[in-house]
Order: sequence, then C-alpha cells, then structure tokens
Amino acid sequence: MLKQIEGSHATAEAIALCRPEVICAYPITPQTHIVEGLGEMVKTGELTNCEFINVESEFAALSVAIGASAAGARAYTATASQGLLFMAEAVYNASGLGLPIVMTLGNRAIGAPINIWNDHSDAMSMRDAGWLQLFAESNQDSIDLHIQAFRLAEELSMPVMVCVDGFILTHAVERVDIPTQADVDAFLPPYEPVQVLDPANPISIGAMVGPDAFTEVRFLQHYKQTLALRLIPEFAAEFKTRFGRDTGGLLRSYRAEDAEMLVVAMGSINGTIKDTIDEMRADGFSIGLVTIVSFRPFPTEALRRLLAGRKHVVVIEKSFAVGMGGQLANNVDLALRNTPAAPQVHSVVAGLGGRSITRASLHRVFRRAMAQPWEGAHFLDLNEEIIGKELHHVRKVRRSGPTAENLLRRLDQAANLPAAE
Amino acid sequence: MFQIRIHGRGGQGVVTAAELLSVAAFLEDKHAQAFPSFGSEHMGAPVVSFCRIDGKEIRLREPIIEPDALIVQDVTLFKAIDVCQGLKSTGYLLVNTNRSFADLHLEPVVAKLPAGHAVTVPATELALKHIGRPVPNAALLGAFAALTGMVRLDSVAKAIREAFPGKMGEANIAAATEAHDAAARVKTAA
Amino acid sequence: MTDTTATAATQKLRFYQKGTFTVGNRLVPDTERSVQASIDRSNALTCGHRACQGCGEALGARYAMDVAMRATGGNLIAVNATGCLEVFTTPYPETSWQMPWLHSLFGNAAAVATGVAAAMRVKGRPEVRAIAQGGDGGTTDIGFGCLSGMFERNDDVLYICYDNEGYMNTGVQRSSATPPTARTATTPAMGPEPGNVFGTGKSVPKIAVAHGIPYVATATVADLHDLERKVTKAMGIHGARYIHIHVPCPLGWGSASYDTIRLARLAVECGLFPVFEAEHGAVTSSRKIRRPVPVSEYLKPQRRFAHLFKSEAGARNIAHLQAIADRNIAEYKLLEPMEEEG
Repeated sequence: MLKQIEGSHATAEAIALCRPEVICAYPITPQTHIVEGLGEMVKTGELTNCEFINVESEFAALSVAIGASAAGARAYTATASQGLLFMAEAVYNASGLGLPIVMTLGNRAIGAPINIWNDHSDAMSMRDAGWLQLFAESNQDSIDLHIQAFRLAEELSMPVMVCVDGFILTHAVERVDIPTQADVDAFLPPYEPVQVLDPANPISIGAMVGPDAFTEVRFLQHYKQTLALRLIPEFAAEFKTRFGRDTGGLLRSYRAEDAEMLVVAMGSINGTIKDTIDEMRADGFSIGLVTIVSFRPFPTEALRRLLAGRKHVVVIEKSFAVGMGGQLANNVDLALRNTPAAPQVHSVVAGLGGRSITRASLHRVFRRAMAQPWEGAHFLDLNEEIIGKELHHVRKVRRSGPTAENLLRRLDQAANLPAAE
Repeated sequence: MFQIRIHGRGGQGVVTAAELLSVAAFLEDKHAQAFPSFGSEHMGAPVVSFCRIDGKEIRLREPIIEPDALIVQDVTLFKAIDVCQGLKSTGYLLVNTNRSFADLHLEPVVAKLPAGHAVTVPATELALKHIGRPVPNAALLGAFAALTGMVRLDSVAKAIREAFPGKMGEANIAAATEAHDAAARVKTAA
Repeated sequence: MTDTTATAATQKLRFYQKGTFTVGNRLVPDTERSVQASIDRSNALTCGHRACQGCGEALGARYAMDVAMRATGGNLIAVNATGCLEVFTTPYPETSWQMPWLHSLFGNAAAVATGVAAAMRVKGRPEVRAIAQGGDGGTTDIGFGCLSGMFERNDDVLYICYDNEGYMNTGVQRSSATPPTARTATTPAMGPEPGNVFGTGKSVPKIAVAHGIPYVATATVADLHDLERKVTKAMGIHGARYIHIHVPCPLGWGSASYDTIRLARLAVECGLFPVFEAEHGAVTSSRKIRRPVPVSEYLKPQRRFAHLFKSEAGARNIAHLQAIADRNIAEYKLLEPMEEEG
C-alpha cells in the first residue's frame, strides 16, 4: 500500500511486518522515531506478540537482544553513532555467538566533536565486527532491505545491520510502498534457531575458546559471510519475484554499461549522483554509477567484474579513517588488487557530519577526476580558508584552544545546539 | 520537478508545512519529498524546510538551492538571512504578512518575477482568527495552492485532515481556504 | 526421596561419604533436608570443573542452581557474567553445566537475562525462568548499570551475585566490593596505607533494597539451609530479585582451602557480612549471630589482612573494621537477645 510517511515510520512498519518478538529501545538521534513508532504499535496492539523493553543504555539494548535471540525469539534494536560505540562489546559478542539479530543503524557521525547529522563513520567503526552491513539508498530500500535482513540473519545465524542515512532518510517524508503482511509472511518464515537455550535440551553457549580453536571459529564466521555473497542476491531475486522490487543483491549499477568512468557510493547519496550522471551524460560524458548495497560482505568479485576495463573509478564516501583515507576506497582498491590494466581510482570524502552533497560539487569533482587526478583522499567542499587560518594560529600560539571551537568562531557562527530530539 | 523552500522560525510549523504539502501532492498521485534543513532547532531560530514535487520518482537529496517557490512564514527573516537566494526568475514568492511588498522593501525582488507570482497573505491573522493560535502554515499552504496550482485546495485540506483530525483540522482547513481565496483574488487581479 | 519434577541429571550422583556436611544428616526428616542432601538434585553444576580447591563460588553456585532447578521443576535458564564461575565451568571444549546456560559479556548479565525472560514470555513459556549470575566485579562494578536497569524495570530475573570481594579470575584485583585494608594486586600491602582504601563502601544489597524490588537477600555458603530457603523463596516471586552470596576465595584471600566455610561463618559472626532479607524496600528479617566474635578472629586466617597484625596502624585499622562490623550489628539488629529456651 502506497503511503506518504516519514522514513523512520516506514522502517518501523517494515519491522513490524517482520513479526519481531522482542524489541529493545534506547533513544538516540536520529533513530528514535523508529523505536517510538514500534513502541506505539505494541501499545495499541497493532503489533502483537511482541515485548517492547525500554532499556537504560545501548549496551543494555543489544544485550537484551542477545538474551532474547539466544532464547529463540526474533530480536530487533536500533541505534546510531555514539550508541553503536557504547554497545561495541555486545556487537562483537552477538556476531561471535552467531545470533540473528537485526539492527537498524541510523547513520550518524561519531564525535568528538559531537555531531548529530549524517555520515557513515558509525557503520565503518563496526565493519570488522562480523555483522552483515546493508546500505539503503531510499526509504523504500530501507523497508525492502530490513525484510530481507531478517531472512538473511536467520538463514546464516549471523546478525545484520541495515544502514539508513540519519535525517536524510530517517526524517524525510516520501512515498513508500508498504508490503502486505501475507507477502512478508510468505517471504519470512518464523525463526528456527540453529542454537537455542531450552531446558528440554540444555546446552552451554558462550564458552571460552583458546588458541587451539579460535582461528577456526573466526574462519567459519568469514566463511558464512562468503555464503552471504551467494544468499544476498538469491534472496533479492526472490524478493523481486514476490514484491516486484529489485534491491539489487550485493550491488546495483546505473548507466554503467559502456561508462569510462564509474562512480562507487553507498546510501542516499546515490540518488543525487544519479541526477548528476544524467546531466553529465547529456553533456557527452561517459559516466555511470555502482551502488554498493552489501558493504559486508564486501562484493569483491562482483565489483571487480564491473570495474574492470574502465578508465576511472571515483569512490565517494561519507567516512574516512584518520591517518589512512577512505575505507570504501580502500576496499575498492582491494577489489582491484592484481587486476591487469586496472582503472585509476580516485578517492573522494564528502558529507562528513551532515554536510550537504550537491550536484554542483559532484559535477566539479567528477570532471576533475578525469582532468586533474589527485593523490589520496580529496575532501569535497573543504573550507581551506578556515583551515589555513587555524594552522597559522596553532603554529603561533601554544595554547591555541580547542580546534572545533576555533573553527566555528572563524565561521562567524554562534555555537549550535543539537536538535531537541 | 517543482521545488519549494519554506522559511520560518522554530515553532511556526515550518517542517509540518513541507510535510503536509508533500502529502497533498501524494494524494494527487504525484511523487513528493519533504525534509527539514537539519540545522540546529530551537524555538525562534531560523528554520528551513524543503519540498519537491514531481511526476516521477525523486532521487535528488540535496537542499533546494534554486527553488521554484518560496514560502516565507516570518518576515523578520529577511533581515537575518538571504531568504530569496536562488529563487528562479520564473519562481513564486509567498510571504506571510499583513503589510505590502513595498513596506517590506521587497519590490526589487518582486519586479524580477513574472506578474502575479508574488503574493502576500496575512496568514498569522487568519490563523488567529480560525484556529486561535498564530501558526500560519496551513493558511500559507492554501494560498500556495491558489498561487501556483501545484496542488489543489482540496488535497491540502485532505492532508490537513489526515494529520489533524477533528476540530483542529477543520479550523486549519478554514484558514487555508480563506487564504486560498484571497490569494486567488490577488492573482487574478495581477 | 525422589523429586519427580527435577530434570534428570546426565550424570548420576554417588555419595561416597555419609553424614558429611554436604550430604546432610540422614536422621533429619526429608522435608527438612537440604536439596544438596538429595541424590536426585539436578547437579546443575556438575563435577569436572576447574575451580580451585576450596572455591566458595563453586559451592555457592552449585547450592543456588540446584535449589532453583528444584523450585522451577528444571524450567530454568542461566545467564552468566564473565568471571571465575564462567571460566572454570566452561573450559573449552567442556562444560560442567547441566542446564541451559549462556555467557555473553562481563557487564551485561542482567540485561541478557531480561532478554531471555522476555523471549520465554513471548514464546508462551512463562514457566521457564531466567537467572543471572556473576561475581562481585561483574555485578557491583561493570555490571552495575545493567543491574540497576533490570531492577528499575522490575524484570522477572533473579540476579545472584557471588561475592568473593575482588576480581579473582584476572589475578586478584580490587573491586568496589573489596573490603577496606584488604591486600589485592592493585591495592598492595605497602606504604603508609597498605591494602584497600577506606572509601564509602558500596553495598549492592542495600542499593537493591533502595530500588524497592520484590525481594533482596544476602546469604552465605556457611548456611546452606538459609541459602536454599532464600533461593526457593525468590523463585516463588515474579519480578526483579537479588541475592548476594558471600563466597570466600582461598586464592585471593590467602586462606586455607579447608577454611572456606569456616571463614564464611566467621564473616557472619563478626558482623562484617550481615545476613538479611528485604522486600519492596524494607528489611524483613535478619539472621542473628549465634556466637559473636571479634573481627580479628575472621581476619587472622586470611593473608590478605596479614599486614594489619604487624603494626600500630594495622591495629587501628582493625578497630576501624570492628566499628564497621558494630554498625552492621546495630543496623540489622544482629544481636537481638535470644528467646529463653523453656
């Protein structure tokens, strides 16, 4: 059924259709509306057979989900940014134990400096934790990927995080098609655990594993993610048959067929990039787009096949590893390792801390990649003036003060308070 | 694609205005996207929200830099920020005020727009009259419908009714209707 | 005596000695015998684990789990915090647990148990109960936030803390449950103020009482019947419950492995470990001290307090500890005059 609703509510409706049994919630901008929506549905009775628990921290939230999942219930939670870090120990614990928890990550920058707006630093911080990581381009994508996430998680016995850009998607009101309960039930059967705490068949879960077997446990986790490389496209195909929408599996491409330059990106930025590509194509540029849907497992082979033979690859991402560069660009380099005649890879870092990414800026950087390639990461729309002033100040004065405050002052702005959410 | 940018201050329903507008467009089977400017929000601070309307899927997510229409809920903003930045030469300007464009020193802006594209509406007064609270967004949406024809008044009314069932909704619809009719009269006069 | 509701142990128990403290007095009527005395007890924590000789925690956990299994007819799931108990009961690839058991992290046992309880309700199996257990480190320190959250929500979880007064598994470091003056690896018996500092203390049982939860109790491995009665009572209640069991650690305390139960008894009898119950925020009972002893009698057999007996300052500290014990005795009325035997 078509609806015009806020992204977070659309996600909440999708979760509700998946018949979650235990939902634990701790508020953090920008995912709060999702769990509030679910809480309301439980209270009104719209979502039945579901326990909604208000916990006292994100660490508790994922811990409750761990207990519930290990005891055989379909468990869900949501977080972002600082909250994800606060539950970091539990994130690794859930994947190490092989529990099929689904979690929405309302992508938000990690502080300091504290920032409530969108970027992918939170997802990146947990990319090695053994969770599947799927990125939604639109709120329709968010709905569709969450439904597939539960199926994937339970099939693989592995937790899945679905990344939805904070504010840009979570707080946007747009048209979505909410599937029917019957269709979701047909796609997502009840949870059949691989391991479960049951008095009738007592087992111990969570033993210590020493040097003699730890490597093998980790290898099997990695192996399961390679199975996911096959399962994700399979389930996406099944989803398309039943629901009529193609989420693309591991990745999607747009006007890529003959493109000399391919842009690679994740999340909502892909929408703006598509419009930019249409405009550049009209101007005669040979350019296309690869949208990564599954970041973990990383679609190395699929990406290599698409990127091979191109002249340029521009990776544009909303995150970067301090001291190293863009993580997505780094992973793309991996896909092209040992590829003969590999394309030139250009790394762009954009949108950090919620900075808008405009078509105008994209036009400029795509053209520049072809004409004036650079080394390392290029920071889109970097304000070099205030950087220069701060560097000069720091060189002159030992007690130069907090960097963030200095920069803000230079921007002639009063200190901004975070949104009251 | 038609892009609307709405300016106001926190507490004036700027974000709701964009959402209601998007719902009105949806009810007419159009694609619409509404989102706030994600700046710091507290009562009284300048707030911007955006709404895009199109006949096909909207993929663009950047802020609206070249609006086809500007709705200004609070005239004090003209002194604070460049409200009209990027307004297309074929664009529309709808301002909540009981004064004239001349009084607001906006005639140079109006002059650049096609005749009949710039309209003032005393939306706050209409809101106080019908709703009893100085929230001008519904009235402005009614005026927007008349001014641009991008959505119909009855779609706006339906969107309001869905979001605010009962007396509150009806009062908002009454304000929207009166503003709509006033704007329609001004438009035909231009 | 057979308990028809207990889950059959996968290892049959055999008692090699009769008339020991553990097995119990065969002349005592069935109904008054401890669960431990029964050959049909679930033996939820079976033999083969790697605990130190004389480990009080192994004893406490076995006592508590067997009676909880009896009380719930075997419908029980245990969540264990990281710590000694978790480590010595599950040396890969073995486990000594004969009940469903989950170890997640150090600080989240209470929250994980909340999740287990919620899952059982939602699956339509509310008769399956959840127990969380952890040492003092995982309870009073790193697990405190989750514990308080569970209390505040009144989740249907019994949390059992086995308090051996330190992070023993990692090499005897100080926790917020370590008594003042005690020597640990991070509070060495050196310098002008040897051993742990005299802080303000942290009584999690008192904090649990302040939370107003349905049932709080302290217990000790020196009093098996009392411990069993309390666990049974707790399992008959729904909502948040907390039992704090004092469990001597020969390794960490520097005591003889055969002294575990004796030390546990001395801790009670000198007043340093008050044994009481509380419901909904009010103390409802306390176990009277039968044979009061000065704190020094309790401290002497423990090398972690040895430095107190070597100096003037040490003697002053013993007096300070005595004052703490006396305060406990007054607060919990541990020395009420006994009824005259008729």
